[in-house]
Amino acid sequence: MSTRIQSIFKRRDNILSVYFTAGYPALEDTLEIVKNLDAAGVDLIEIGMPFSDPLADGPVIQESSQQAIKNGMTIKLLFEQLKGLRDITEIPVVLMGYLNPVMQYGEEAFISKCAEVGVDGIILPDLPLDIYTKHWKTMCEKEGVSNIFLITPQSSVERIKAIDDASNAFVYVVSSNSITGSNKKFDRQTAYYKSIQQLELKNPTLIGFGIHDKETFESACTYSKGVIIGSAFIRHITAEGISKESIQEFVKNIKS
Amino acid sequence: MNTFSPNKEGFYGEFGGAFVPEMLYPNVQELQNRYREIIETDDFQKEFRELMRDYVGRPTPLFYSKNLSEEHNAQIYLKREDLNHTGAHKINNTIGQILVAKKLNKKRIIAETGAGQHGVATATACALMGMKCVIYMGAVDIERQKPNVDRMKLLGAEVVSATSGSKTLKDATNEAIRAWINNPVDTHYIIGSVVGPHPYPDMVAMFQSVISEEIKVQLLEKTRNEDPDYVIACLGGGSNAIGAFYHFIDNNKTKLIAVEAGGEGVHSGKTAATIALGKRGIIHGSKTYLIQTEDGQVVEPHSISAGLDYPGIGPVHAYLNDTQKATVVSVTDQEALVAAKELSQKDGIIPALESAHALAYLKKMTFKKEDVVVINLSGRGDKDMATYQKHFKL
Repeated sequence: MSTRIQSIFKRRDNILSVYFTAGYPALEDTLEIVKNLDAAGVDLIEIGMPFSDPLADGPVIQESSQQAIKNGMTIKLLFEQLKGLRDITEIPVVLMGYLNPVMQYGEEAFISKCAEVGVDGIILPDLPLDIYTKHWKTMCEKEGVSNIFLITPQSSVERIKAIDDASNAFVYVVSSNSITGSNKKFDRQTAYYKSIQQLELKNPTLIGFGIHDKETFESACTYSKGVIIGSAFIRHITAEGISKESIQEFVKNIKS
Repeated sequence: MNTFSPNKEGFYGEFGGAFVPEMLYPNVQELQNRYREIIETDDFQKEFRELMRDYVGRPTPLFYSKNLSEEHNAQIYLKREDLNHTGAHKINNTIGQILVAKKLNKKRIIAETGAGQHGVATATACALMGMKCVIYMGAVDIERQKPNVDRMKLLGAEVVSATSGSKTLKDATNEAIRAWINNPVDTHYIIGSVVGPHPYPDMVAMFQSVISEEIKVQLLEKTRNEDPDYVIACLGGGSNAIGAFYHFIDNNKTKLIAVEAGGEGVHSGKTAATIALGKRGIIHGSKTYLIQTEDGQVVEPHSISAGLDYPGIGPVHAYLNDTQKATVVSVTDQEALVAAKELSQKDGIIPALESAHALAYLKKMTFKKEDVVVINLSGRGDKDMATYQKHFKL
């Protein structure tokens, strides 16, 4: 049986995955944003679990996380909100965040709760491959929750292959040596994307970090199954709000 | 040099490890694979030891304080790390790490700093070795430690203000780690304490272990016994404490006491006493005790001393605490201030506010007359003059 994530990669190309921080701009916005992203035609949604010290994130996601925490967002509350998730969308949803809050919630409880509310995968940048393999793999597989790893331009071929072997959803290709939301010259990355494409990994790849418009979207799609956009979307809803129209406009400008 | 080490994944019992984003994995792995091999070569040791002696001014004296000994009814010695070049123990580590960075062909150094002592020590090492240097410092700390900011600039370093979160050491560390993610190839990150992902806690401990190595030699000479009854050190991240404890960890005689910053009181909500309040968690790439909310958000700590103003603790200290190899206690801002004034006026030594925490704990102890007690006087108080002026109305 293939998972929701595997099935979307089979059916669609040029996948647009959008990240937002749960509890931002307002505490109760989570499902509204999911609904509007789904209606606007995105293919995959990443919901950020805010953390006070997000090491891999730039200022935009740092600020949305701070605000979300101030608004009262917690993992416990997020799971409450996500009880209605599968009534409003059929596209894959993954949770992204950092290890410490998940550890306090309880690793096993977290994974089974993901399965219960219909979350398909998790991205925890500070969960290393060896710890995943030792302590997480069995419970993730049991609950059918996919762990998604990042690779970067510094990752060795050997490391990329090990990560590909440990994955069953997609591999998250970090576009440059950077934190999220940076604007390093995108064209310099094409050689890197080509080298990843030539590895012929068993999992599809999505490219993220620094993708923010139609041009960067299309360029990334040439070398992968699609992209992940985070900071640019947060900036958009900060300025334009989370209404159906606002989100539709954002998605249309990337993928039309 | 190596008597107390983590396992090969960097764990001290359940604490430590390397919980880093994939972006940092290659750098951290390179260090993990090479740090011991580099540090243990004779060439490296020769260069490090020479610099310690001729540049840093080691060995630092072990001073028998007659006044403190009489007052507390014990034999009290002060390990004078405040007499190191740049005024604190921090330089032991920065000299060591910059030599490692050179062996790794790095061209540029970044570091975080709280009180500014580690920043100054890093900028100093960079000036000496001709390396470019960028220091991340919390905006609040830049304000309260101005003389050290000016020192770093004079030494040729760029000082970047960390304006996220509580704008103190934790946030400066976040910014330094983010900067390392953005510059993974030519840059080495010199962490200033026994925190961060493996191998930093072990590497920093190795460089700071020179403190207890010297104490042993000096005590043998002065008392004919190299092992004291007590070693007392302040504890923020824990680099001076591990340095002072290192060679005494495995003996059954020496009691190791680490003094945390209680702030305005452990239960006041304005504290940095990690062992008193922390729960197991992950911060800056290692598993340790951490002051946090029930939901796992890191709590912004408080201490009058910028160098102890950190919500976590080195994983080695979490381990020493849990295995009862060390006792972790705390004193308040006020108690530290009183101790700083007393040492200034009785012994003519103005201590750093951090070190004053260790001194302050003497009042809470009962000794036997013959007990040999070593206080690690980790730094001098020049940088704290603004705070002292304010509180003592000088």
